[in-house]
Amino acid sequence: MTTTQSTTTTIGGHTVHVDQEGFLTDPDEWDPQLGEALAQQIGIALGPDHRTVIAFARADYTERGESPTLRRVSTGADVPVKTLFELFPGKPAKKIAYVAGLPKPRGCV
Amino acid sequence: MRHLLILGAGTAGTMLANRLRRALDHDEWRVIVVDRDDDHVYQPGLLEVVFGHREPGQLVRSRSAQIADGVSVVKGEIDRVDTDARTVHLADGRHLSYDQLVIATGTSPHPEETPGMDGALWRRSVHEFYTLEGARALRDALDGFRSGRLVVHVTEMPIKCPIAPLEFALMAESELREQGLRDAVEITYVTPLSGAFTRPIASARLGHLLEERGITVEPDFVVERVDEDASALVSYDERSVPFDLLVTVPLNKGADFLARSGLGDDLNYVPVDPQTFLARGHDDVWAIGDASDIPTSKAGSVAHFSVEIFVPNFLEHIAGRRMTHSFDGHANCFIESGHGKALLIDFNYDVEPLPGKYPVPGVGPMTLLDESRMNHFSKQSFSWIYWNVLLPGRPIPLPSAMSMAGKHATEATP
Ligand SMILES: Cc1cc2nc3c(=O)[nH]c(=O)nc-3n(C[C@H](O)[C@H](O)[C@H](O)COP(=O)(O)OP(=O)(O)OC[C@H]3O[C@@H](n4cnc5c(N)ncnc54)[C@H](O)[C@@H]3O)c2cc1C
Repeated sequence: MTTTQSTTTTIGGHTVHVDQEGFLTDPDEWDPQLGEALAQQIGIALGPDHRTVIAFARADYTERGESPTLRRVSTGADVPVKTLFELFPGKPAKKIAYVAGLPKPRGCV
Repeated sequence: MRHLLILGAGTAGTMLANRLRRALDHDEWRVIVVDRDDDHVYQPGLLEVVFGHREPGQLVRSRSAQIADGVSVVKGEIDRVDTDARTVHLADGRHLSYDQLVIATGTSPHPEETPGMDGALWRRSVHEFYTLEGARALRDALDGFRSGRLVVHVTEMPIKCPIAPLEFALMAESELREQGLRDAVEITYVTPLSGAFTRPIASARLGHLLEERGITVEPDFVVERVDEDASALVSYDERSVPFDLLVTVPLNKGADFLARSGLGDDLNYVPVDPQTFLARGHDDVWAIGDASDIPTSKAGSVAHFSVEIFVPNFLEHIAGRRMTHSFDGHANCFIESGHGKALLIDFNYDVEPLPGKYPVPGVGPMTLLDESRMNHFSKQSFSWIYWNVLLPGRPIPLPSAMSMAGKHATEATP
């Protein structure tokens, strides 16, 4: 079933709750430093563009209670999808949520 | 006299108009529905048209004929909703006022949103089957398709009936095999998801089914454009999938007037409370069916289960009482898998599609998440139920809240 099971782990000196795939289960445990550490885990060094995207994703989550889709990030943060793929290669929506300390995007039904 | 205005007379709007007409006092409420035309298409039948099992005309009936006496039917293109003035403007200049407004204008395919998709190859080697016109054109294209690369593609989620493209792939595979052409055709399923379907267990089972049928899955593919010269899908991360015949589900979007009215999200879906369907920030605007942003499948079955909850809540709301019914996101879908078999999946906001029997636990007769002939016959007879039981809003013997009885939840816990 989908009830999230979380375990604690230590990332960059922070002790946080994560799900089986390593997504934070409590977005309030996030801070910018942890963001840097999470990004490192997936081989990304954050620059200003990454940070804009992360800030948007977190603000959007606070407002709507859901990790944003790629389309939403692109329109909301005003960053072309192509650029999002360059910033977060492979699976941008998931990587953005991961680094922003948000739940794994639910993958629309 | 108060006015209940329902926008859209498709699956959800029709069921709701018929149910509420019976439930509301005739002296107190007028019920009005608006739609742009009088052709109600039975959309689950579109795939049958594609495979030549039904003629396009057999899917279409008069909209107004499905709507109960006592409901006013207005034919017109909806242009804008002015929620402050409680008025709906039609494109021809007419306007309609309301006390309560229900948006049931569904979702539709937009190939023009993907560069190259509706260009020179459109309806030649690039096809869709979400419209009657598209289903007919694809049927003809499949007739002439004897060898090469068949690519089945989903542009972006959400789409209505998210299993329809899978169903198409499985049925096409089976059809090609029967015609002795299977070895001459390579089939690829290209999806923006990380697997065959959205929910993990169903995704694994359906993924396995594709594998068994020799259909290759290209996951996490976010399409940027169709390269018309190379006849290929190109993703944002520069993968390219060449095709001889592309069958795509274009971007699905809610009605444009919702954006103009400030009622839609980034895909023109109306943000609602997922338990009650009341539009966020309003107490006289609702959205039901594919038009809303509820996080479950966009499907006729969901529209049906939603109406069951909507009606008693609406009656409480207009009487000034607290709404006491809550929708759980219940969806069930049949998946035709070819060879006269079908699968049935059943899930809601919180519970994964699980294997088991439906609707009677342990007995069935329908099998959840497994191919069976009984499922196929149920899907076939569904058309009759649609026109004669669902649309008129007659009671059917299926519980609207999803039942966990008869399902094997143990398989779900990893
Ligand atoms: C190929 C395919 C297969 C499917 N198979 C299944 C299945 O097996 N099982 C299942 O449960 N569901 C299935 N579905 C999904 C199902 O058909 C839809 O979920 C259902 O019809 C949704 O109902 P609705 O009332 O929200 O939208 P619709 O039935 O699409 O109705 C919307 C109405 O709004 C009207 N409208 C929109 N904009 C305007 C405007 N501006 N002015 C005036 N009128 C407007 C339209 O004309 C339309 O009549 C399938 C869909 C497709 C495409």
